[in-house]
Amino acid sequence: MDVLYFAWVRERIGHPKDKIDTQAATVRELVEELRGREERYAAAFADLEALRVAVDQELTDFDAPLASAREVAFFPPMTGG
Amino acid sequence: MDIRVQEAPFDLGAEANIFAGRQAGMGAVVTFTGIVRDLEAGLNMMEIEHYPGMTERAITEIASEAMTRWSLGDALVIHRHGRLGPDEVIMMVATAARHRVDAFEAAQFLMDYLKSRAPFWKKEITREGGQWVAARDEDEQALDRW
Repeated sequence: MDVLYFAWVRERIGHPKDKIDTQAATVRELVEELRGREERYAAAFADLEALRVAVDQELTDFDAPLASAREVAFFPPMTGG
Repeated sequence: MDIRVQEAPFDLGAEANIFAGRQAGMGAVVTFTGIVRDLEAGLNMMEIEHYPGMTERAITEIASEAMTRWSLGDALVIHRHGRLGPDEVIMMVATAARHRVDAFEAAQFLMDYLKSRAPFWKKEITREGGQWVAARDEDEQALDRW
């Protein structure tokens, strides 16, 4: 599965993308797994209130299932326009 | 419906003319333009990051929703990414309808949704360094009226 990071999440982690083999059933479980990787991941995922998530390019929430997901992206609230 | 996400600048007047010119039977065209605001500290550059693929998809969904909620003949969204200087044009929205209320309301709806549901992130670069622009509560609340 591709895990993408944008804006300050990308900066905190230090790169824009990871390829991950995971058994995580939900986004929240994936986050727990990422937090356990390294300090910079723990820092990026410290406050989930400050983050948004998209699964296969659709905005969703942290309880969303990952059953057949190919791509998960984490980013701060969007500031378009 | 015409959705474009691009790094290159675009000609606002030319785009507005082409959009208005290709309509038939529409009594109203509304355009909105978003411009990079200078800061008191002096903005050197605005960096706009986006999520290729999802951006086009999200804007298309938002515009399709506008087309079904209002009686629109057409809609145009052009949004830039990359590095922009102060006072440069970031984006434009245009809507065409038989009557102006539909065109105005749909343009506002598009702007409200693009602001907090299209995956763009702005970073302001000044002499002191770079700062990600924080989303504002007002922008999230603006969605409630729709």
